[in-house]
Amino acid sequence: MSLFLIAALPFLGALFPALLIRAGRNASASSAGLATGLAFIGLMLHAPAILRGEVVKVGIDWLPTLGLSANFFLDGLGFLFATLILGIGLLIIVYARFYLSRQDPMGQFYTYLLLFQGAMVGIVLSDNILLLLIFWELTSLSSFLLIGYWKHLPEGRQGARMALTVTGMGGLAMIGGMLILGNIAGSYDISVILQNKEAIQSSDLYLPALILILIGAFTKSAQFPFHFWLPHAMAAPTPVSAYLHSATMVKAGLFLMARLWPVLAGTPEWFYIVATTGLITMVIGAVIALFKDDLKALLAFSTVSHLGLITMLLGMGTKLAAVVAVFHIINHATFKAALFMSAGIVDHEAHTRDIKRLGGLRHVMPVTFVIATVASLSMAGIPPLNGFLSKEMMLTEVSETNWLQSPYAMSILATIAAVFSAAYSFRLIAHVFLGPKRDDYPAKPHDPGFGMWASPALLVVLVVLIGLFSAKLVGPLVAASASAVIGGEKLPYYSLKLWHGVNAALYMSIIAVVGGLVLLALHRPLERLWNALPRPEAKVMFDAIVRGLTALVQGVTARLHNGSLTRYAAIMVSFTVAISLYAYATGTLGAPTRQMQQAGVMPMVAWFCLAMAAICIVIFHRRRFVALILIGIVGLIVSMSFNYLSAPDLALTQISVEVVTIILMLLALNFLPKETPVETPLFARLRDGGIAIVGGLGVGGLIYAMLVRDFAFPSISGFHIENSYKGGGGTNMVNVILVDFRGFDTFGEIIVLGIAALVIFALTEAVLSTRVRAYLLNRKPDIEQAGDSHPGMMVVVTRMMMPVALMVAAYIFFRGHNLPGGGFIAGLIAAIAVIMQYMASGFGWATERQRFPYHGIIGSGVLIAAATGIGAWFNGQPFLTSAFGYVHIAPLEEFEIATAALFDLGVFLAVVGAVMLALESLSRFAWQPGTASEHAMDINPARDDAEQDMKEA
Amino acid sequence: MELLVASAVGLLTAAGIYLVLRRRTFPVILGTSLLSYAVNVFLFATGRLATDAPPILNKYAEVTYSDPLPQALVLTAIVISFGMTAVVVMVALGAYLSARDDNINMDDTAPAQGEDA
Repeated sequence: MSLFLIAALPFLGALFPALLIRAGRNASASSAGLATGLAFIGLMLHAPAILRGEVVKVGIDWLPTLGLSANFFLDGLGFLFATLILGIGLLIIVYARFYLSRQDPMGQFYTYLLLFQGAMVGIVLSDNILLLLIFWELTSLSSFLLIGYWKHLPEGRQGARMALTVTGMGGLAMIGGMLILGNIAGSYDISVILQNKEAIQSSDLYLPALILILIGAFTKSAQFPFHFWLPHAMAAPTPVSAYLHSATMVKAGLFLMARLWPVLAGTPEWFYIVATTGLITMVIGAVIALFKDDLKALLAFSTVSHLGLITMLLGMGTKLAAVVAVFHIINHATFKAALFMSAGIVDHEAHTRDIKRLGGLRHVMPVTFVIATVASLSMAGIPPLNGFLSKEMMLTEVSETNWLQSPYAMSILATIAAVFSAAYSFRLIAHVFLGPKRDDYPAKPHDPGFGMWASPALLVVLVVLIGLFSAKLVGPLVAASASAVIGGEKLPYYSLKLWHGVNAALYMSIIAVVGGLVLLALHRPLERLWNALPRPEAKVMFDAIVRGLTALVQGVTARLHNGSLTRYAAIMVSFTVAISLYAYATGTLGAPTRQMQQAGVMPMVAWFCLAMAAICIVIFHRRRFVALILIGIVGLIVSMSFNYLSAPDLALTQISVEVVTIILMLLALNFLPKETPVETPLFARLRDGGIAIVGGLGVGGLIYAMLVRDFAFPSISGFHIENSYKGGGGTNMVNVILVDFRGFDTFGEIIVLGIAALVIFALTEAVLSTRVRAYLLNRKPDIEQAGDSHPGMMVVVTRMMMPVALMVAAYIFFRGHNLPGGGFIAGLIAAIAVIMQYMASGFGWATERQRFPYHGIIGSGVLIAAATGIGAWFNGQPFLTSAFGYVHIAPLEEFEIATAALFDLGVFLAVVGAVMLALESLSRFAWQPGTASEHAMDINPARDDAEQDMKEA
Repeated sequence: MELLVASAVGLLTAAGIYLVLRRRTFPVILGTSLLSYAVNVFLFATGRLATDAPPILNKYAEVTYSDPLPQALVLTAIVISFGMTAVVVMVALGAYLSARDDNINMDDTAPAQGEDA
């Protein structure tokens, strides 16, 4: 099965559980299991090749210019992790089916779980660090959803937030580190990076990159001092804890360290940072775990401790330690997932997981007792279980390592951790299952059904089998993944067996077991001592830091973001001016290269009118109608200037937009105050004026500097001029660019325009559904109205104009490809033709004769444009490639047919619909009962009630 | 000619900025309209100025053309700025009708809302 499919299956599968939950919980769970199972089978098909030491690769370039490609590869390490993720995932899906209660939304749960699973599989299969980072963040997000799955529990929400904050922060640091790493290696492909050990380790940026990446790995894998989020994540349902927070997600950090081991490990920096962090984490986690009464908290800290152990092994930097690390990853996943599931069973049946309230459960839950005991003994490192094997090998490695210039320091600390580890494992068995049967359990505990204990039982069988037949069962897997960790070099000699003879590790093991039993016996006094000791509470510190940061951010925001839009605008303009001045002062400006053109009299006159209008707007802006007239003048002169400066299309567009804009503003002004009061003191106005003048000078100066110089780089316009006719089949280059060369842009623009119109419509609906409506209905006009709201003369003229105007629109539309015109302009003209009817004959009259809703017109325009674009696919061309040809029908001249015209029709419809919907929405504000005249032209002899009127008269 | 266009752009920008810095919705909308004119002419002018050279292919003679690319971009910009103006007008109108106040700034004395969620 292709790696693409394996990585995609969980994501595809995530769609189904949430949908199939309507068909029942079994259907939902089965669909989740099916997707996982298929992916697992697909993975196993690769097993023979991987175990032979081969590497499977697939890839497509995605954004090659950014170095981002969708490359996947499967080697021993990826295979090991993918097996854990999919295999344990399958068991968890079965377990969760029986664990979750009827009240829990199970469909959601499986969807989140599969999303997480897909992200994890993506991490371990990625051959590109940018791709890996994407999946990495996805695991943080899906883990957030899963921890907070029980939304009603505050611990769940807080735990989810804490996990997201810590791992998300680490993820950010890691992005930085990864980018540095990619830069040093010259590629973001992991397989390339792994070849560049010398370059990376000799680089000055090695240490920063290492630290940043390690922050990412340590936060994810809950290493000290970032370990505190993991116990709080235990608020999640137990299947999540078993899956994410023991078997898979927390191992993503370990995976990353193992993945980059060939290039990052082997330096003193690596050794001291990673091995020390791992060692400290291992000891602290083990000690805290012993004093936790919550079963899941105990397991959480024990997970922290074991993750520390593996981190320490990876940190040692020797090949043998890497082998042991890989082996312990397998063992820990099996016994810890089984333990979490057993803890979930206890919680589920006894309704508590407080160790103090439990005890004697072996009498009532024999099956669970056996499962949990075997798994705990493995965790304690008792032979012949698999935990013993890897712990022995770990102790051997430790006893041969010098740390802080002492050959014993590490051994001593590791033995202490092992003692505590044995102690809490024994405590779990003794205080939960052994002892007399109690009669004060919150519920009547008994063994659950087969479905619930099947998954942990299977894992426990593996725990025993791996312990007994490790070399046969997992030997090849360990070899394949370990050799991937050490970069494909030859594996050192090691043997996976129970008896290694009498050596240092054996003594340390014996000390651990005996010490563990002693600690268990002394648990009560030790606990009193522990509770009496002051100790830092991570959650309190975390909350204090978060509170402090929040207060700081709120302070800054309140200061900058105080609700004064004027101030934002002033800051924005001033800042832009300031950085422009800086650029001007520090940059260089070449000498002018273009001759200035002589301006005739007309441009001078136009300039004078424009300048006067602009100045007058500023002076008279308080009188809003006057300002509106003045802005009309500005628009008119701008259109004329476009025409004069060889841009006929722009002139046509500008002048028609001008008409609709002024109508729009007039409609709005009907309701707004007609005058602006004087509010700001003189000095504020002078200050604003100063900002405005400086800004204006800057923009004017910039464009002047551009106008008197030639292009600094060759422009791409030449291409358009050359190909407009040859490639696009039109002589109007502007139109060809719009509908052909940059058709995709135009397609986006009409969608934006349509969205704007729909927003206006929605706003109108929203405003009119409030008490504003009552106000509008009873509103009296605040200025004197004309006596005749629909003058007969105007009605007659506009109705006669309508067909003419539409004809002009059609003419402009059709000639657009070759002469100034096109869909945009034609759309505006057609809209104006209709608006004239609204204005002259009234809203009621026009609405009644409106057959197609404007929303539909916008939609059909966008759809026609899209369909035209898609049509190119059938021609084997990319989206929106146009085609054209020439036809000759007898009485007519030869003419051109281009698909671009169809696209332009879409533009036309979208523009008509958008403009009309915007104006119609605004007009609806003015509607009052009784004002709509059924007969705008009062002299209509055809109307039915004309006779009646006459009789009454 | 270049000087005329540049100074007109500068003037429109200055007037636009001044009006944008007013306290009421309507002058601000006028200001953004003026800024739109300024920006559109600015963009158009980046293709450099030319008279009597429309970008319509002449099949019969070798002539010079003005730069068509900025024109195409500005054409859509004009239409989009209409859409933008319409939305802003609508927002201003809705706000005025709902609150009977067309001041664009929040009252300084009122506490900012939505902080303690």
